[in-house]
Amino acid sequence: MTPANAPSPGAVHIRTRGWGWRHAGRRAFAARHLDLEIQPGERVLLLGASGAGKSTVLHGLAGLLGSQDEGEQEGELLLDGAHPAAARGRAGLVLQDPETQVVLARVGDEVAFAAENLAVPREEIWRRVGRALDDVGLGLPLDHPTTALSGGQKQRLALAAVLAMEPGLLLLDEPTANLDPDGVLEVRDAVVRVLERTGATLVVVEHRVAVWADVVDRVIVLDATGGVLADGPPATVLVQEGTRTRLAAAGVWVPGWQPAVGGTMPGSSGSGYGDGVLLSAHGLGVARTRRGPAAVEDLDLTVRAGEALGITGPNGAGKSTAALTLGGLLRPRAGRLDASPLLAGTAGSDPFRWRSAQLVRRIGTVFQEPEHQFLTATVADELAFGPRQAGTAEATRTASVAERLRLTHLLQANPFTLSGGEKRRLSVATMLATAPRVLVLDEPTFGQDAGTWAELVTLLRELVDDGVAVLSVTHDAEFIAALGGTTLHISGGAGRLVSR
Amino acid sequence: MSTDYLTPVLTGTTLMRANPVSKLFAAVVITLALMASIDWVSAAVVLACELALMPLLGISVRGLVRRIWPLLIAAGVGAYGTALLAEKTGAVLLDIGPFLFTEGSVAAGIAVGLRGLALALPGIFILLSTDPTDLADALAQKLHLPHRFVLGGLASLRLVGLLVEQWEMLGLARHARGIGSDGSPVARARNLLGQSFGLIVQAIRRATRLATAMEARGFGSGSRTWARESTFLPLDAVVAAVGLLVAAGAVTAAVLAGTWNFILS
Amino acid sequence: MASSTSLRGAPASTRQWRVVDIVVASVIAVAVGVLFFAWSAGYSGISVLTAGFPPLAGLYSGGWLIAGVLGGLIIRKPGAAIYCEVLASVVSALIGTQWGVSVLLSGAIQGIGAELVFLLFLYRKWNLPVALLAGLGAGLALAISENILYNALWSIEFKLLYTLFASISGVVIAGLLSWLAMRGLARTGVLSAFAAGRTADV
Ligand SMILES: Nc1ncnc2c1ncn2[C@@H]1O[C@H](COP(=O)(O)OP(=O)(O)OP(=O)(O)O)[C@@H](O)[C@H]1O
Ligand SMILES: Nc1ncnc2c1ncn2[C@@H]1O[C@H](COP(=O)(O)OP(=O)(O)OP(=O)(O)O)[C@@H](O)[C@H]1O
Ligand SMILES: [Mg+2]
Ligand SMILES: [Mg+2]
Repeated sequence: MTPANAPSPGAVHIRTRGWGWRHAGRRAFAARHLDLEIQPGERVLLLGASGAGKSTVLHGLAGLLGSQDEGEQEGELLLDGAHPAAARGRAGLVLQDPETQVVLARVGDEVAFAAENLAVPREEIWRRVGRALDDVGLGLPLDHPTTALSGGQKQRLALAAVLAMEPGLLLLDEPTANLDPDGVLEVRDAVVRVLERTGATLVVVEHRVAVWADVVDRVIVLDATGGVLADGPPATVLVQEGTRTRLAAAGVWVPGWQPAVGGTMPGSSGSGYGDGVLLSAHGLGVARTRRGPAAVEDLDLTVRAGEALGITGPNGAGKSTAALTLGGLLRPRAGRLDASPLLAGTAGSDPFRWRSAQLVRRIGTVFQEPEHQFLTATVADELAFGPRQAGTAEATRTASVAERLRLTHLLQANPFTLSGGEKRRLSVATMLATAPRVLVLDEPTFGQDAGTWAELVTLLRELVDDGVAVLSVTHDAEFIAALGGTTLHISGGAGRLVSR
Repeated sequence: MSTDYLTPVLTGTTLMRANPVSKLFAAVVITLALMASIDWVSAAVVLACELALMPLLGISVRGLVRRIWPLLIAAGVGAYGTALLAEKTGAVLLDIGPFLFTEGSVAAGIAVGLRGLALALPGIFILLSTDPTDLADALAQKLHLPHRFVLGGLASLRLVGLLVEQWEMLGLARHARGIGSDGSPVARARNLLGQSFGLIVQAIRRATRLATAMEARGFGSGSRTWARESTFLPLDAVVAAVGLLVAAGAVTAAVLAGTWNFILS
Repeated sequence: MASSTSLRGAPASTRQWRVVDIVVASVIAVAVGVLFFAWSAGYSGISVLTAGFPPLAGLYSGGWLIAGVLGGLIIRKPGAAIYCEVLASVVSALIGTQWGVSVLLSGAIQGIGAELVFLLFLYRKWNLPVALLAGLGAGLALAISENILYNALWSIEFKLLYTLFASISGVVIAGLLSWLAMRGLARTGVLSAFAAGRTADV
């Protein structure tokens, strides 16, 4: 096994000539002017700003684009010299969202599904299933139900399901977004292990470059306006001063570089909200369902005006459940959550009992899954919806939030057709638009490029400076640090407060 | 209506090992025999057999009644409706204004009620003893139904199992966005309607996404193999035979008793 | 190779079912099947109310016809109405309705009723009149099969009344409501992968 991994006979060769794709209903091309040649066995990290067209390229490579009513194609894209749709089974794609790609009810069947579709003989299928599950470190019985998996486990399952195809081209779309830091490394190592054995070609999309920089041979950076911004080995592209600044300007997370953030670090200016307690939790227990097990118990916490609190912890620890409870959406399992008169005003002190119209003006919650919150058919309506509901129609504020989160060019688009990062920004923007006193954000920065990340941090810093309390559930340590707040670490049962 | 309707717990241990196709065969034969005639003898014979086989399901009588009470009401009402509308033959039993019941019409009503119950139970048998994945495997491998449709149907069945969870999430999200379920009854009803519509939208959205995910894994064209073989056991011959016996027994009994009443005659 | 390219390449024959057609049709059918279950449970209550004059229950029957008409209107492929109606009835049978396995037959018959109307227009027209006609077709199919299978012992005038009521219900509930639902869904953008989502004037 050579470190430079000799390509296996099955590895796929990719060539594109002036390739581009425009989604139906969009004026701009999602990706354009791509002239690439990727050798069999090469490992490529595909970068680019959010909305630059990375996912679109992966869909093209997997043969999922093509019919005329889905959009317009230009140029050509070939796998081993053939149209991707003709090279069925050669490319295996793990989509950006692991949640929606589970097909069957049992873990074993799910992994076997792809191999069945490729007409692999039965004994061989089960051999592959066992190996794929081993590869990704998912030690579950084959008849384990696929519904009872945590986010991290689902991500691994999706990977295993594609590995069982034994594809010559492995396409991964942000395979570690939403994973806790340990999970990120585990999944990456699983991919590397498989590549070492099969020698397949790899194209992986990920915003956080550092994780993959050491294991890929080549970095390709897409330009949002079409074409390629940089292309070469990581040691050149990510290290040379010239390309580094160019990439940083385009919003790529270059290792060892921190995007410049505006505003003042909360807490440093002594904003003087003093004892303005907004919410306090005493012995709070949180649970998803009325009867099921409690996710977190015995949480004691006060949330003050002008304070930023970060909530961290491993996958499945109960962070989102806690966030929904603190947002007044789930009934506390035990203990109490009190809103101070400062926050509650004329409403009662129990946020769970507030009416929707009262809640939306006081606490804004951004869900982990952005699509859960979309209610209308265009981005513009979506942004206008909250303020209208709260009776605070402030067009200028809404417009400025949209502008700063780079949504202006998408105002007429359907929220559900946005790219992963754009959806996230829209769901955050809808909550910022209603200007609540308390903001609860569940993974606000996933899928963001460095540019929008910095803009988001700046926005939140300004809010904190204005006396808004910001609670964010996140795996992003830099984000918590940039907001300068306290950290609440939740792991297996009780929450532990880690001061800054 | 709660979650356990959509994701039922399988209880029938013996029947569970039988191939879904043989269970389906038995249920269809019995149903055909029942449908062919409306008479109380054939219905009663089938119903009696079904009740005798009930222990196979491993479900308590109370558990069963909790599950099928709407069926009981429906059977009762069906019986009553027929007694009211059927040809009035035989001696008059009750006569209050427009409500006229005779021996003939009441007998017809009883036949319809028994038949209704007997018709409903085979479905319950299959439901309680069949895993949907096994059913799909059997339909595609044994009955050779087109696999794309069988698997598409199976995948969507799973999606609907998730609907309850999605419904709750959607409720929370709407509350957070300021359109919760409070206010006047009219507002509540409108909200409920909006949320139901939202749920269907989400289900279709997920289905579209799922179709992409399935295609990304090579689904949709060409031939395919099956990781799990759907097999027939000796038990399946027994299940099919029992189905045939019950059906034949019902028909014979009705013909012998002279009550056989073919629906197309 | 040319043939496999056309799988996703060219505008593909519009008659052929794509994977997305199958999965979305299935989801619609299964969702409506759950609705059927609730509708059937409701029928127990309604039929108590209509007990004084049972043919009136025909007015309620349109609810069972939605799957076929709606599925046909959205998917627009040959067989869509039958497939959706049958799958929906399978699901309701699995959850448990008073009609058990026999709903399979009813589902197929009602699906054929709607399908024939779509076929009559050669799968080219999908406007409101066609939707209403499809509802009518399904309603008639339902009435005929119900009269044979379940209401067999009623006298003929009641059967005719039942047919009338079922037809009205089919037109209004299955035809009109399905059409409105299709339009509403198209407006949300969720049908963008379907002709229904692109041609609806929204
Ligand atoms: N189904 C679709 N219909 C219409 N437009 C789409 C669709 N999918 C993506 N787009 C648009 O195409 C552009 C590129 O999207 P793509 O998902 O490829 O971006 P991306 O680089 O993966 O971004 P991210 O990092 O945020 O995931 C975006 O502007 C997006 O809004
Ligand atoms: N809708 C749900 N219904 C029931 N249980 C759930 C639901 N969602 C999550 N759970 C379970 O509740 C527990 C806490 O989940 P939660 O989503 O709060 O974790 P988390 O810390 O946010 O994880 P992640 O980092 O993966 O988002 C987990 O064990 C999970 O399996
Ligand atoms: Mg993307
Ligand atoms: Mg979470």
